[in-house]
Amino acid sequence: MPPILQVHSLVKKYGDFTAVKGISFDIQQGEIFSLLGPNGAGKTTTISILSTLYDPTEGDATIAGHSIRKDPMAVRRVIGVVPQDLALYEDLTARENLEFWGRMYDLSGKSLANRIAEVLEQIGLTERAKDRVRTFSGGMKRRVNIGVGLLHKPQLLFMDEPTVGIDPQSRRAILDTVKELNRQGMTVLYTTHYMEEAAELSHRVGIIDHGEMIAIGTQKELTQQVGQTETLILHIGENDDPAALAQSLTGLEGVLQAQATDHEVSVITPEAEDVLAAVVGAANERGIKIRSIDIREPNLEAVFLHLTGRALRD
Amino acid sequence: MLKLILIGLKDLKIMFRDRAALTFMLLAPFLLTLGLGFVTGSFGGGGSGLSDIPVVLVNLDKAELGNALVDVFYSEELSTLVEPSGAASAEATYRLVEEDQAAAAVIIPAGFTQSIIPTAGTFSPDPVQIEIYSNPARPTSAGVIKAIVDEFISRVEEGRISGMTAILSIPGIQNMPSEQVEALARGMFENAEADSDSTTAIALKKASQGADAVQFDPLAYMAPGMALMFLMYTVSYGGRSILAEKAQGTLPRLLVSPTLSYQILGGKVFGIFLSGVAQVGILILASSVFFGVRWGDSFGLVLLILAAVFGATGWGLLLTAIGRSAGQVSALGSSVMLIFGILGGSFISLEQLPPFVRMVSKITPNAWGLDGFTTLALGGGLPQLAEPITALLVMGASLFAVSAILFRRTNVMKR
Ligand SMILES: Nc1ncnc2c1ncn2[C@@H]1O[C@H](COP(=O)(O)OP(=O)(O)OP(=O)(O)O)[C@@H](O)[C@H]1O
Ligand SMILES: [Mg+2]
Repeated sequence: MPPILQVHSLVKKYGDFTAVKGISFDIQQGEIFSLLGPNGAGKTTTISILSTLYDPTEGDATIAGHSIRKDPMAVRRVIGVVPQDLALYEDLTARENLEFWGRMYDLSGKSLANRIAEVLEQIGLTERAKDRVRTFSGGMKRRVNIGVGLLHKPQLLFMDEPTVGIDPQSRRAILDTVKELNRQGMTVLYTTHYMEEAAELSHRVGIIDHGEMIAIGTQKELTQQVGQTETLILHIGENDDPAALAQSLTGLEGVLQAQATDHEVSVITPEAEDVLAAVVGAANERGIKIRSIDIREPNLEAVFLHLTGRALRD
Repeated sequence: MLKLILIGLKDLKIMFRDRAALTFMLLAPFLLTLGLGFVTGSFGGGGSGLSDIPVVLVNLDKAELGNALVDVFYSEELSTLVEPSGAASAEATYRLVEEDQAAAAVIIPAGFTQSIIPTAGTFSPDPVQIEIYSNPARPTSAGVIKAIVDEFISRVEEGRISGMTAILSIPGIQNMPSEQVEALARGMFENAEADSDSTTAIALKKASQGADAVQFDPLAYMAPGMALMFLMYTVSYGGRSILAEKAQGTLPRLLVSPTLSYQILGGKVFGIFLSGVAQVGILILASSVFFGVRWGDSFGLVLLILAAVFGATGWGLLLTAIGRSAGQVSALGSSVMLIFGILGGSFISLEQLPPFVRMVSKITPNAWGLDGFTTLALGGGLPQLAEPITALLVMGASLFAVSAILFRRTNVMKR
């Protein structure tokens, strides 16, 4: 079976600034493919082009055999889009939103009513269907936002950072929904800057940075690129400064890279056991209390760090 | 087409759920009308906003009916409403009207009485017309004068129909052959029945119009004045929603659905139009339910509302095409609402404004709309509404065209 999505050297310029610099990739039918990249990497721009909102400056893509340039209408019929920012009518109820968007996707009558009932069930909002979206929590709004994209059972679903800024419970529910949809046969292009989400969901991952696809493959293929390394995650106290600790660790023998994130410092090393004592010592010297240490096999975070020298999260 | 309508209906629904918008659309104009009504004492049933309308009369007829009409203008009942004066010739009156000394001139031609009450040998089947030369700068006042004349004519008309037998006793008529008299009488009767809107003076007005039609209810000016002013709010709110949908992501979402651009933009425009029609419709209905304003010709009323909202929608689109953000369109909309409100006569009757302002006011839907509503309230029908309605339609169509060009240039449908 040919790939459902084929992207050929896509370029997008905003004036002088090139946001997407000639990326190419394929997605197979039935896959969850994640575009993993930090803020400003070009994820939303890529999705906007593929979903026919913007014209590419150069390059093309085909979705289910239709060119996004030459036959955008046919593309629109087979794709579903869950935009990064909520795109709902807050003064309409959840049901009214689904009704309106369903009609925009050419559903009507009984089949629309059935789909609305199914989708409401799927996003767990059957009880609140009659309430205005304005009265919903952030997580509930995100779920409606997703529901709208599912109504017409698209062959290919674009989800642009659907879990940004919500509570862990809603996030869990959304990730489970994505997996369930995929089990039912939906192909998903998922963007995120959370390494864990890409790791949990995807069959394949594309890592995107500054508008370029810097690596692509299964998780296994990607982590092998990093070579034999391990990551130490140091959890430190609330009041301690992770950046300062990371800096003092960077020079240590056996430490390839040390990166600070909130209340954590990740250290990449060929052999965790060899540097453990030195790391703890350095922390003590600075009066920083290490609360716990995890040792991890190479992961996507490490891959990103390895390829760019920067942490995925800001 | 269906999607276009659905998008419009969705916007109407959203607007009616926005309390702040409803306050501006309906409550504010209603309360202002109420307030103005009290201030001007319109609820006492007594004094009207219009008084001492200058009118020049030329009575070339100098017979019974001509004299009777002159008497009507000088009567006690109309003494506060009109300020009649006489002139020697029709030409003299034209000049007075053109110099804005009078709101209208009434020229009763020679032979008027005779054409209605025939005497032997001079009977003419076509009644001679009374000429009303109105001052275009004072449409309301001129309308009042016309209403007085119409009312007079309809009384004469009534008398003529009910007095069919009396005609036969007119002196001199006996000299005619009896068949001829009968044919004549029948002809006159049928003429009066069938031709109620023909151009003959006699048939200018249906006899059923009550005597108080002459009294112009100032609320029939204030209510639409306020409705039209706040209509500008509604259309700019609607235009603003195009940019708001862009910012809130629903416009891009529509653009990636299998919906054509023209359906989306058309739907938005339709939504503005619908909201405006709903607003003005409700306010005009309220003016008749709560203030007892009588609007007369309901078909004309509906057409006028549609045309006024169409013209205003054009302005809403233009503001949207000019504004960079929803906030800018709101701000522009509020200013334009006030400026048009003043220019268009919503606060001060246009007749009291200098000629220059009256000229400029022609660019506002308010002025044309008010012209139309006053005409209706004074008993005018579709033929009299043709001018304001046409003007509003032309205004709307031109503004649509200009906005379309601007929209294309700013690429509103793409980011
Ligand atoms: N309309 C625009 N005009 C100019 N520059 C833009 C526009 N949209 C995006 N950009 C720039 O293009 C780059 C890529 O933006 P994009 O939104 O695609 O990133 P992203 O990966 O989705 O980021 P995030 O994780 O923050 O959503 C950024 O540097 C951004 O500033
Ligand atoms: Mg993004």
